Amino acid sequence: MMSSRLLPFLATLVIFVLAYAVCVFQFPNMLSTRVAGNLLTDNAFLGIAAVGMTFVILSGGIDLSVGAVIAFTGVLISVLVSWHGMHPLLAFAIALAVSTAFGGAMGAAIHYLEVPAFIVTLAGMFLARGMAFVIATDSIPINHAFYSAVQKMYVLMPGGGRLTLIGGLMLVVFAAGIVIAHYTRFGSYVYAIGGNRQSAELMGVPVARTTIGIYALSGFLSGLSGVVFSLYTSAGYSLATVGVELDAIAAVVIGGTLLTGGVGLVAGTFFGVVIQGLIQTYIVFDGTLSSWWTKIVVGILLFAFIALQRLLVLVGDRSAANRKTA
Amino acid sequence: MGETDALLSAHDISKSFFGFKALEHVDFSVRKGEIHALLGENGAGKSTLIKALTGVHRPDAGTIMLKGEPVEVRDPLHAQKLGVGTVYQEVNLLPNLSVAENLYIGRQPKRFGLTHAAAMHRMARALLAQYDIDIDVRAPLSSFSVAVQQLIAIARAVDMSGSVLILDEPTASLDRHEVQLLFGVMRKLRDRGLGIVFITHFLDQVYAVADRITVLRNGRLVGTRDAKALPRMELVSMMLGRALEAATEHGHRAPPAAGTGPAIEFSGYGLSRSIAPFDLAIAPGEVVGVAGLLGSGRTETARLMFGIDHADSGKATVDGKAVRIASPREAVRLGFGLCPEDRKVDGIIGDLSVRENIALALQARRGWLKRMSSREQAELADRFVKALDIRTTDIEKPVKLLSGGNQQKVILARWLATQPRLLILDEPTRGIDVGAHAEIIQLINRLCAEGLALVVISSEIEEIVAYSTRVRVLRDREHVCDLTGSEISTGTIMRTIAASEGASA
Repeated sequence: MMSSRLLPFLATLVIFVLAYAVCVFQFPNMLSTRVAGNLLTDNAFLGIAAVGMTFVILSGGIDLSVGAVIAFTGVLISVLVSWHGMHPLLAFAIALAVSTAFGGAMGAAIHYLEVPAFIVTLAGMFLARGMAFVIATDSIPINHAFYSAVQKMYVLMPGGGRLTLIGGLMLVVFAAGIVIAHYTRFGSYVYAIGGNRQSAELMGVPVARTTIGIYALSGFLSGLSGVVFSLYTSAGYSLATVGVELDAIAAVVIGGTLLTGGVGLVAGTFFGVVIQGLIQTYIVFDGTLSSWWTKIVVGILLFAFIALQRLLVLVGDRSAANRKTA
Repeated sequence: MGETDALLSAHDISKSFFGFKALEHVDFSVRKGEIHALLGENGAGKSTLIKALTGVHRPDAGTIMLKGEPVEVRDPLHAQKLGVGTVYQEVNLLPNLSVAENLYIGRQPKRFGLTHAAAMHRMARALLAQYDIDIDVRAPLSSFSVAVQQLIAIARAVDMSGSVLILDEPTASLDRHEVQLLFGVMRKLRDRGLGIVFITHFLDQVYAVADRITVLRNGRLVGTRDAKALPRMELVSMMLGRALEAATEHGHRAPPAAGTGPAIEFSGYGLSRSIAPFDLAIAPGEVVGVAGLLGSGRTETARLMFGIDHADSGKATVDGKAVRIASPREAVRLGFGLCPEDRKVDGIIGDLSVRENIALALQARRGWLKRMSSREQAELADRFVKALDIRTTDIEKPVKLLSGGNQQKVILARWLATQPRLLILDEPTRGIDVGAHAEIIQLINRLCAEGLALVVISSEIEEIVAYSTRVRVLRDREHVCDLTGSEISTGTIMRTIAASEGASA
């Protein structure tokens, strides 16, 4: 039973290894720490947002505001830094506070107004995107000594690959996500609510506090993702990162988390993100393929994973039924 | 009552919902170290009383005392903190979490600010060892049987509360062996000084473990007795609210003329955990009344016969040919019909018109390709509205606007339109007024005279006596015996229901 729960994760792992093997077979250069370093750097903002999305989906919810919040924080930071001459670190703190409060407010609406997360975060998405436009419609470049300094920070890996600050930050966020999910009461509450909200409540799980906490966490990580995206692009643009929430959801599901909640691993999401990055890298190496092939392959993978999960649930039910009659 | 050793007691509790009196002046108490069975038919007020004790409902009047002190229970969590734990029939735990997490969620041991999984697993193993359960506490709860989950829920409730344990129909989905296991645990807890409230429908189980018995009926307290001093017969009449000496009506219906022979036969038909294998042969023109207490397997029998549940033993034959009833569709094809117990949920489709509701089963039987025209449907509906005297201003009226009795007739019409050979009616007279009641009974008699085979399940014993040509008595999910001819009387039926296992019958 334990293994059947881990099966989607193991399947993701196998697919990742196979996909990487295929890539390396075609383009031996892909087996290098340079490629690995770039993979982490290029997907850092997606990975960080996907960690928040994992918690949301584990609790049986969804957060559609992620992409809009990333763009909003990006615009906010660039305005504060470029127009108002604020130090980036202070701007980051403000942006993170705003995005966390925004997420928490959505969580409160979901819990107290008993509105589906889908609707609340859809409203949040329009709100955040709209606010980004109100602040600035054009792309605002950031030229600040702090940015150039941070962008040059990296750890040289053996083989010449560079683990950049933002790539490293993503790894730290994943590590922290794993600890929160499995070694804190909050983490166990998230799984409990995703398993059965009513039972969780009867068992004494603080559902209100946890729900608000989950969306606040997702808001915080979307904000952090906005910070990383701002460092990555040195600009803030209100039309950036459209649909990133969908990429994050795809990463979570491909990573083996059940969309109905209650089952899944933060570590799985990591591989969900990296598989998407790998496909992109393959397309870059190939040079002739349209970048939309990424979406096509991700679509196929998503279908395959949803089918796999469905199958496992059915098999699980059947074996449970057999146990019952045995 | 003023019992000095009462752990938890309720005095003069009343509760009504929208003018309906669910509880009226009920007294109830649990002593230290006793198993107290709480009995009553559906709607007797058992669950309302439990909900009042555990803070789900606030009683309109009366006091709840805990160890002699009056308390106001705010919610189930508060009740738990006060020492009153409840385990419901459907285990309210989290199947996706591990056993240990289920036991300790919200109170996990911590180390360096993080939860200490190893310590939690040690504690879980130690806790379950008290109940002689040796399982992998890291495995998800869903990987264990219902019985084990039930015991885990009990272990959790006792560990958190530790003075009163309320078990709401804990044995409903357990098999015999598991029930014994559960009883062992209950006795052990009683000997440790807990007060246990045990709700069940199975009389044998009551006598097996209970020290005292409280019976509720229609929201009123019928009485609290020592189990040893209460004969089974008296308990049943307390529950059914009928003194035995008054109950002497006899059936007056003769069995159908010999020679017709059974048309539909079930032999050794059963499903484990649902209903023990039974034999039942039904001839055309026969009305088999099914009597038994709630939870005795009446509805389960109907579900099995109609293919909603699948039998795991035995076979069914129609006209001597073996058939497989794997789904209600196949049952309909064989000419079976079922009017379910809860017509609002399973029977009528409230927003559809009388016409559409009546045409439904016939249409389904024909298949969707051969669509019935609305004229055909209207003719059909008109015919049955007249034949069954369904009172509606218009056949296009949504069924939900009809009275209960007329709704029931619409369901009957639906099945009669398919010209069935066997019709199963589960509580056909529940929730309908007295006039409609008599009409339904007349209708049953008429259908039977027309050669239809009927199986009628009912809690109303007089009613069963009035129309049955044969009475099948169920007890503790077993078909116990058949009563025919002069044996069909309210007295005999009640005595048979009450008889203990292996006795009379």
